[in-house]
Amino acid sequence: MTNFSNDPKIAGKSSLKTIREAINDALRAEMRRDPTVIVLGEEVSGGAGCPGEDDAYGGVFGVTKGLMPEFGRERVIDTPISEAAIIGAAAGAANNGLRPVAELMFFDFIGVSFDQIFNQTAKFRYMFGGKSKTPLVIRATVGGGWRAGAQHSSMLHSIVTHIAGLKVVMPSNAYDAKGLMVQAIRDDDPIIFLEHKTMYDNTCEVPDEQYAIPFGEAAFPRQGTDVTIVAISNMVTRAIEAADILAKEGISCEVIDPRTVSPLDDEAILESVEVTGRLVVVDEGNPRCGLASDIAGIVAEKGFHSLKAPIRTVTAPHTPVPFAPELEDAYIPSVEKILAAVRSIIGG
Amino acid sequence: MPYQKDFLLKAYRSMKTIREFEERCVKEFEGGNIPGFVHVSNGQEAIAVAACIDLSDKDIIGSTHRGHGHCIAKGCDIGSMMKEIMGRVTGLCKGKGGSMHIADIDKGMLGANAIVGGGPPLVNGAALAAKTLGTKNIALSFNGDGSANQGTVMEAMNMAVVLQLPHIFLYENNGYAEGTAANYGLGCESLTDRNAGFGMPAECIDGLDFFATYEALKVATQRARDGGGPTAIEAMCVRFDGHFIGDPQLYRGTDEIKDARKTQDCLKIFRKRVVAEGWLTAATMNAIDKEIMVEIEKAVADALTAPHPDPATDLMSDVYCSY
Repeated sequence: MTNFSNDPKIAGKSSLKTIREAINDALRAEMRRDPTVIVLGEEVSGGAGCPGEDDAYGGVFGVTKGLMPEFGRERVIDTPISEAAIIGAAAGAANNGLRPVAELMFFDFIGVSFDQIFNQTAKFRYMFGGKSKTPLVIRATVGGGWRAGAQHSSMLHSIVTHIAGLKVVMPSNAYDAKGLMVQAIRDDDPIIFLEHKTMYDNTCEVPDEQYAIPFGEAAFPRQGTDVTIVAISNMVTRAIEAADILAKEGISCEVIDPRTVSPLDDEAILESVEVTGRLVVVDEGNPRCGLASDIAGIVAEKGFHSLKAPIRTVTAPHTPVPFAPELEDAYIPSVEKILAAVRSIIGG
Repeated sequence: MPYQKDFLLKAYRSMKTIREFEERCVKEFEGGNIPGFVHVSNGQEAIAVAACIDLSDKDIIGSTHRGHGHCIAKGCDIGSMMKEIMGRVTGLCKGKGGSMHIADIDKGMLGANAIVGGGPPLVNGAALAAKTLGTKNIALSFNGDGSANQGTVMEAMNMAVVLQLPHIFLYENNGYAEGTAANYGLGCESLTDRNAGFGMPAECIDGLDFFATYEALKVATQRARDGGGPTAIEAMCVRFDGHFIGDPQLYRGTDEIKDARKTQDCLKIFRKRVVAEGWLTAATMNAIDKEIMVEIEKAVADALTAPHPDPATDLMSDVYCSY
């Protein structure tokens, strides 16, 4: 369904895979290729010290399932519930010869571990005069839609995007998830890899072989000439749905999925706006100091003369994520809200 | 008789209400009436009730993600709780919190908590306020065995000793931190030994025995009220359900839960003891059981017909500033 026009086509065998399987594929193949790659976190295998089965969870969303039986507990490490120590250990190990993939389970747990991420990990390379290498991947689930309430549903990507020294990756489909995870593991800098928890079962064709998708290169799941819609993660699917509806009305939307929000492919966005003259940014995060306002700001500053209409942002409201289904559904940007935003700046 | 009859009746009623509430939550979740994911505390009732039975609404408790039992033991209305868990606007938190974030400030219930180790530092604050204002109120944090390994909890324990806060750190050790053995995550042999290392009185008790738990809590509560500072209690117990409802629990032993329900049921142990001692009759408790079933039935029926929140008015309310 998705047209990755700027990705090299991968020859060879491919199959329909979920995002969960695609990330598992990437982890497994990288662990086979490179013995310094390890996985650590809470329940990444599960069942440690228990009377029942090992690998009982394989991560609470099953993303790391099967890795412990193949690579052993030395390389797939169940930790105590100690997020600060998990991130610290992963960062320290990354500085000393390993390539850890640490799991935070829910990105809301960043709060417990934040010093290790932003004061320590993110600053090493610059603060130590370029002498430090921290090939670390921090995986975590983000986003609402699971009725998981305020402390398990946050969309905190803008906070880490704000921090200099971190790369922030947010795949929207299985093909990208695999290629971006491979790139993340091979990258020498700390990566925050954010997986939307409602998307794990989404499928698309995924090549069997390993491939890396470079950071900072946007994808164009829809090409168009009237309006540019920038969306990330879960919102890409909704932006595509909106674009397809609008196409039937004769409104041609270009949907841009930056795939990584740091580095951000601002050139792709600016070039698109040069053609369309109109921009809508869709983001499930809160509106203040968020990714949507950041992208809107970049275009206002660098692409002002291309604009034929005001920039629109479609975001969650400025509240924590509510529990009740009616409230959560109203909280997360909908296709209808994207349609309304586009229509509000298109002629008439 | 070492305990007043009213006390025993209250203890039994509270424990049994938790048991039936939790088992009904499982059914309602499986029936699709409860959104999200839910962590139930059946099997651990004796600890919640022993801890809260002597507390007033001014004494503060902080809870965990497995918080329904603590709420009920602290006196929260089960009707309002069921509405909250079902996401209704007349629930304890207007449907905005849900099972993992349920709170009732008026009852001194500072909230369930979906962040492991999120509660104890806050409960230190409640204890600090009580100490500073000289109210003689106390604070108690419920902690899972897994939370013992969070820095936030260890910092809170140390500070409670340094400031001599009226804070009871009550650990419910059910043997599992999610799907990992408690003694895998704990580097030392004994959590209680580690707790004592912080410099506070620490003991390990049988959390299946209401009376043993109550007696330990009574001493700790009195110590806190008298300005004697914090206490740590590790109550050993059993989790009858999974980490969350629907957890396949592959990590547990064959027949482990079945056996636990047979031989490690704190309610059965309570009933056996009070009947053997001649403190209460089975008939009295059976009559209470029937009343509780009616109350639970009503709580569910009311919750199922309770109004849903309206996004137009409820999504943007209770915020500090609107954009």
